[in-house]
Amino acid sequence: MVGNVYEGAVQDLIDELGRLPGIGPKSAQRIAFHILEADPEDMLRLADAIRTVKDKVKLCTICFNVSEQETCSICRDERRDPSQVCVVEESKDVMAIERTRTFRGRYHVLGGAINPIAGIGPDQLHIRELLTRLQDAAIEEVILATDPNLEGEATATYLSRMLGATGLKVTRLASGLPVGGDLEYADEVTLGRAFEGRRSVTG
Amino acid sequence: MAGRGGGYAANSYRTDALVLRTYKLGEADRIIVLLTPGHGQVRAVAKGVRRTTSKFGATLEPFMLSRLQLVHGRNLDIITQAQSVTPYGTAIAADYDAYAAASAMVETAERLTVTEVGEHGGGVEAPSQYRLLHGALAALARRAHAPRLLLDSYLLRALATAGWAPSFTACARCGAPGPHRSVNVTLGGSVCDDCRPPGSSTPAPQSVALLAALLSGDWTTADAAPEASRREAAGIVAGYLQFHLERHLKSLAVMGQDADRHP
Repeated sequence: MVGNVYEGAVQDLIDELGRLPGIGPKSAQRIAFHILEADPEDMLRLADAIRTVKDKVKLCTICFNVSEQETCSICRDERRDPSQVCVVEESKDVMAIERTRTFRGRYHVLGGAINPIAGIGPDQLHIRELLTRLQDAAIEEVILATDPNLEGEATATYLSRMLGATGLKVTRLASGLPVGGDLEYADEVTLGRAFEGRRSVTG
Repeated sequence: MAGRGGGYAANSYRTDALVLRTYKLGEADRIIVLLTPGHGQVRAVAKGVRRTTSKFGATLEPFMLSRLQLVHGRNLDIITQAQSVTPYGTAIAADYDAYAAASAMVETAERLTVTEVGEHGGGVEAPSQYRLLHGALAALARRAHAPRLLLDSYLLRALATAGWAPSFTACARCGAPGPHRSVNVTLGGSVCDDCRPPGSSTPAPQSVALLAALLSGDWTTADAAPEASRREAAGIVAGYLQFHLERHLKSLAVMGQDADRHP
C-alpha cells in the first residue's frame, strides 16, 4: 500500500494518475517518477495534449461521436449512405467498424449499454435522441452493433422493442465463432449462436 | 486453505457458481463477482475474458451458472477454467423485463451475501441464498411467471433467508391471526388495529393477499392478481427492502424508468 508519503505536487500527481482506469497506486507512482525524470519538453507536450483534448473535443450533436466541431467528420461526409444507421455503445466502436472498411452508412453512439446494477438505464443513454433522429425519412435500416455481451444483448433487446413500432428495418450484427479460433474451444452459447446464424454457401 | 480443497492442487478449488456481476479490469480482464454454494460470495479475476477469442466465451457473463476452477490469489482469486452448466443469461437478456428483474435479484444477492474472508467466510446463509437465486434465475429464464412477480417473490424470500422475514398474515408485532388491513414496513409487515402505529399504510386487501402469496410461493393467487395490486405490492416490497438494506437498489430505479415508458 502506497500511502501519502510524498509532499505536495508529487503526491498530487500520483493521486491524479491513480484515478485513471487500470492504474493502481504502484503504477501511478512509477509514471509520476517517469514524468519527473523525463525531458520537460516531452512532458509539457503531454500536458498540452490533455488540455487541448479537454478544450476542443466534444460530442457530435447528431451522432454523439467525439468531434472537434459541432458535427463529426462522418456526419459531415455527404458520400456516406444516409439510409443506414449503425448503433454502437462507444466512440471506440465507431473506429473498430471503420477499420473494416465495409460499412458506409452513419453511426449513433449510445454512450454505453443498459446496466441496471451500475445505475445505467435507457434515460442515461442517447436513446431518446436516436428515436428523434429516426424520424428522418432518409433512414431505412438501423443496425444494432452493441457489444456481444449480456449488457449489449439486453440493450439490443430494448432497442428492438422500441424500434418495432417505427416500421424501419432493424438488424443485429451476427455473432458466433471468432476467426482464428478452434471449434473445440468455443463455449456452448457462442457455438449455439454460430449454428443459429449459419448461412447457405451453395448460393 | 485446506477448507477449500477438493482433491486438486492445494491452492486451487472447484465450485459451481452463479455470476452476479462483472467489472472491467485493465486491458482485457474482468473481475467476476460470484455466488457459490460452499464459499459464499467470491471475487475472482478472469484474464483476457474481454477478447473475442477468449476461451471463457459467455461462461462468465452475468446470470450464468458455471462450473469453475479457481486458484487463490493474494487479494482476488483467479479463474483458470470455466465450463457452462446452464446459460440462464442468454434467455434472460432476450427479454428486457426479465433482464431488469434479474439485475435487481443479483444486486440484492450481492448485498445480502458476505464476501468470503479467509476460510471461515461465506456466511451460514450462503447456500440458501445460492439456491434461492438459482431458482429465481431459472424461473425467469423459462418465463415461468411475470418477471416483476418473480422479482418481488425473490426479494421477500431473500430477506426472509437473511433473517428479516416479513409477515403478511399474522400481526407482525403481537402475532394475532390475520389478515389485517394495515402494513408497516418498519415493524415487518401486516399489523392489527391494536398494534397499528401512526404512519402505517392501508393497501388494498388483494395487495396484502398477493404479498402473502409471493412470500409463501402461492403462484395460483399471485398470477391471478390484478395489475393495480401488483404495482402496490411492488412498492411495499421495495420499501421493505430499502429499510433493511439501508439504501436504494440502483436496478429498481432503472426498472422505474422503463415502467414510466411502458406503464
